[in-house]
Amino acid sequence: MLLRGFPLVPYLCQIFGNAGDETKGRQMPSHMASRSVNQVSWSSCIGTQLPQAVGAAMAARIKGDRTVIAAYLGDGASSEGDFHVAMNFAGVFKAPVVFICQNNHWAISVPTAKQTASESIAVKAVAYGFPGVKVDGNDAVAVYRAVKEALDRARSGGGPTLVECETYRIGAHSSSDDPTRYRDEQEVEQWKKRDPLELLRSRLQAWGLWTARQEDELRAQVLEEVNGAIAEAEKKPDPARESLFDDVYANQPWSLREQREELLASPPAARAKQSP
Amino acid sequence: MPAWNIIQAVNDALRIEMRRDPRVVVMGEDVGKFGGVFRATLGLIEEFGADRVIDTPLAEAGIIGAAIGMAMYGLRPVPEIQFSDFIFPAFDQIVNELAKLRYRSGGQYSAPVVIRTPVGGGIKGGHYHSQSPEALFIHTPGLQVICPSNPVDAKGLLISAIRQDDPVIFMEPKRVYRAAKGEVPEGEYTVPIGEAKVVREGRGMTVIAWGAMLHEAQQAVEQAPELDAELIDLRTLWPLDVERLARSVRKTGRCAIVQEAPRTCGFAAEISALIQERCFTSLEAPIARITGWDTPFPYTLENEYLPLAPRILGALRGLKAYEA
Ligand SMILES: Cc1ncc(C[n+]2csc(CCOP(=O)(O)OP(=O)(O)O)c2C)c(N)n1
Ligand SMILES: [Mg+2]
Repeated sequence: MLLRGFPLVPYLCQIFGNAGDETKGRQMPSHMASRSVNQVSWSSCIGTQLPQAVGAAMAARIKGDRTVIAAYLGDGASSEGDFHVAMNFAGVFKAPVVFICQNNHWAISVPTAKQTASESIAVKAVAYGFPGVKVDGNDAVAVYRAVKEALDRARSGGGPTLVECETYRIGAHSSSDDPTRYRDEQEVEQWKKRDPLELLRSRLQAWGLWTARQEDELRAQVLEEVNGAIAEAEKKPDPARESLFDDVYANQPWSLREQREELLASPPAARAKQSP
Repeated sequence: MPAWNIIQAVNDALRIEMRRDPRVVVMGEDVGKFGGVFRATLGLIEEFGADRVIDTPLAEAGIIGAAIGMAMYGLRPVPEIQFSDFIFPAFDQIVNELAKLRYRSGGQYSAPVVIRTPVGGGIKGGHYHSQSPEALFIHTPGLQVICPSNPVDAKGLLISAIRQDDPVIFMEPKRVYRAAKGEVPEGEYTVPIGEAKVVREGRGMTVIAWGAMLHEAQQAVEQAPELDAELIDLRTLWPLDVERLARSVRKTGRCAIVQEAPRTCGFAAEISALIQERCFTSLEAPIARITGWDTPFPYTLENEYLPLAPRILGALRGLKAYEA
């Protein structure tokens, strides 16, 4: 979203869930949505976005737009029924959609080898009648090339592609995860050596497109920008309590109007604490 | 013995049943090496191995569908759905298959599957780590639904559930997973399915609650002894211990039901109908429902959504003051 020009402050307000959040503090951090950059609303329910992406792609084709839909998923998501339904629909309707699978080797504690008996995730596309490609997900240039090719194909009526980007989850899945319980730290150390940012940096430097000085300047500038944005975002209050009842329907029915009055007649509740 | 929390009690019940009965298997996402995202299956794979503690691919329909097949073939699966919000990919398997198997086979097949799943909000989990979908399953003939509020009941009820022959949705209130502590007896014991428990006796009104909201209701009634409330913990939601409730309401004449889920078509509505059918002439006030709102479960405003003690207390005072 930030790449597409979405401003930093409302982005951070979503994470804080405050009144500066376009989605009104309704969702957990990083469940973003903004029409301004064509980012549809995130669900936590794994895989549900995939058939929807195919539908949006079908709609784009029906309406004669050149739009291509990018649909993102993890390796774990490729086990859900919705993934297979989406792949099948995409193939049958030659939908202009690109599935981008970030295979980071883990779905919380479950390694990809226990997620699928296929040799790769990309290979699954073959059975659904369209190309699947696997690229080094830590190589930004390789990812760019593969996705560009897939987008061009979709745009010219060639139908869907599944791009599997192989990478690795260096950190924990979430703040309540403890990867030492289920994986070998040796493996993590190996992957750390292939940090995608390091790879890109050394490449750009080798091509003479990037210097240490430019990097220092950019870092300082971004740090200042981020700190400033955090300070600004933190100033925003919580959404108003009665905003709970907005957006359930376009027109609020009597039941919600009644419940709104009931809420306002009771004392305000203590602020919910940030999850641990 | 030390006070245990609900997670420890669930873990102990699983271990006891797995030791006792080789047909009992545990399955789900991250239940093996990791021991479950809430650590409820911790240590089981080390003791019972990967054939009986099965880390599955990420697919709830697969987990429940496979559990049904295992149960038809003679095992006693106890699948875990990581959050009840993610039970919906398995809804078809549960509602159309699991619940109807005994009936549609004329009693030849049954599916003794106990689905464990954490429910409820209060952990800042937003829409998808907070819902309380009990009414959907209570509405489905063939399913039993259990929701303990404390570790002692959790252990005894889970053991009972695994030992009987029909499917159970075993809902674990995650808001009090660690906070609700109790002196859990060692070794095996059962708490019967279908029996509510009077937590506090009183003559002024009957307050009905379960799961995490039982603790909020308890806080409210203890803050206001003048209400002389009788507090009942349902423990089993379905089959409901309706006679226990009716006896209480005939004595008190007033009744409030606390439910975390949205109000409309929630379980409180059914309880309310059952009570008025049985206690019409004893009622001195309309039955009060204190519930979550008819909105998706929010993130930032979750404490405004939940029927917490202050809101419950206000409603109970209103119930006490009501005069026809
Ligand atoms: C339908 C559903 N089931 C379970 C979960 C719980 N859960 C959250 S993330 C996760 C693992 C996801 O793995 P993957 O798809 O590989 O994505 P990653 O986090 O590795 O990027 C699970 C099981 C969920 N969010 N939705
Ligand atoms: Mg992954």
